[in-house]
Amino acid sequence: MKQIIELNVNGESYTVAVNPWQTLNEVLREEINLTGVKLGCGSGDCGACTVMVDGRAVSSCLSLAVEMVGKEIMTVEGMAPSGEELHPIQESFVKKGAIQCGFCTPGMELTALNLLNNNPSPTYNEIREALAGNLCRCTGYKKIIEAVGAAGQKMKEASERKTS
Amino acid sequence: MRLSHFDYYAPTTVADAISLLQSKPDAHVMAGGTDLLIKMRHAGLKLKTIISLKSISGLNTIAFDETKGLTIGATALLADVAIHPDILKYYPTVAQAARGTANVQVRNMGTVIGNLCNASPAADNAPTLLAMGAEVHIQGPSGKRTVPLDQFFKGPGMTALEPAEIVTAVHVPRLTPHSGTAYISLSARGQLDCSAVGVATMVTLKEKVCEDTRIFVGACGPTPIRVPKAETIVRGKELTDDLIDQAGVQASAEATPITDVRASADYREKMVAVLTRRVLSQARKRASE
Repeated sequence: MKQIIELNVNGESYTVAVNPWQTLNEVLREEINLTGVKLGCGSGDCGACTVMVDGRAVSSCLSLAVEMVGKEIMTVEGMAPSGEELHPIQESFVKKGAIQCGFCTPGMELTALNLLNNNPSPTYNEIREALAGNLCRCTGYKKIIEAVGAAGQKMKEASERKTS
Repeated sequence: MRLSHFDYYAPTTVADAISLLQSKPDAHVMAGGTDLLIKMRHAGLKLKTIISLKSISGLNTIAFDETKGLTIGATALLADVAIHPDILKYYPTVAQAARGTANVQVRNMGTVIGNLCNASPAADNAPTLLAMGAEVHIQGPSGKRTVPLDQFFKGPGMTALEPAEIVTAVHVPRLTPHSGTAYISLSARGQLDCSAVGVATMVTLKEKVCEDTRIFVGACGPTPIRVPKAETIVRGKELTDDLIDQAGVQASAEATPITDVRASADYREKMVAVLTRRVLSQARKRASE
């Protein structure tokens, strides 16, 4: 039986009718039309479906929508809320050429955000380890890792400017 | 592929969860869901009812007490165990095993207890907890009981849990003075993959003599297994490199690995000797620090 639930996605509230077996991935893509969230393997290995829930990167393909009530969900669409200016991570991905086919990009960027929120100046290996659960079929890992490093630098400088 | 249809309950107390399990014998308990939902999607597991433990308050607690030791609640996340300051300080291999499980996303959803209750012989969090003499706290229709972790695993996917019982926490005692632990696992694709083989140990030294040790091997039998004869080789004796080599050879003889998609039996057997050697010398070093 469907339940009516309220989901907070990218700062907006959505009322949706969901079955208990519907994943967060299905509801975001099919009910709320946030198709920046991808579906890859469906088993938590590829990271294409990554979203942020209460500030943590999780696999939306392994999250039940009914368990998301009262939580803050963020998809790639919420990274640059104005729709005009890109988030520093996104900007860095564009500048460094860290996007090829683009399928892994939303998940990569959100996992990068999860890392940089916890560790503003990660080492090369820390970035590699943090992104270990995000696969890029184009194998463009080198540029992606460089982009995350550069974005971290930029975000750190921006927050230092803010506090000084 | 979509999940097959099921009813979903999120009780707010352990007692309610147990009553639900009693009234719905085909129900399955779920914590993080990172194993269960994959089995449903890709391995044909069909469940009529899922009972989530996530709404039970307090079950995600990680508590450390100087005398009592460490208690990790049933819904405490792998990610939180991996960075908990007391666990990093007093139980570094417990944090290491949690950090070595799957990837960031799965660690943000999955739990240590879920990893144990799935009872995979390769469960990354089992060997080190076994070596440290952990016990699981269980609650069910007839009350509470405690089971040593080394009596909890009964076979692949099988545990000592009776119908309608739930593991509420795992408890790890404090290490005795002059003790050290170590855990090393190998897998084809770094930490992402399930371990192909892993060995954990705890060593207690008195001067240079190994007063006590526990050695457990993962992914080389139907459950993580203890290698008592290898322990006997070093227990009560001066822990020399030569003795450590002998213990490695013996551990390899006691392991009963099979060939599967992750590694051959032959490779596993050889690696048990290597890893046993390495963990014993690591633990010896930590015990003498």
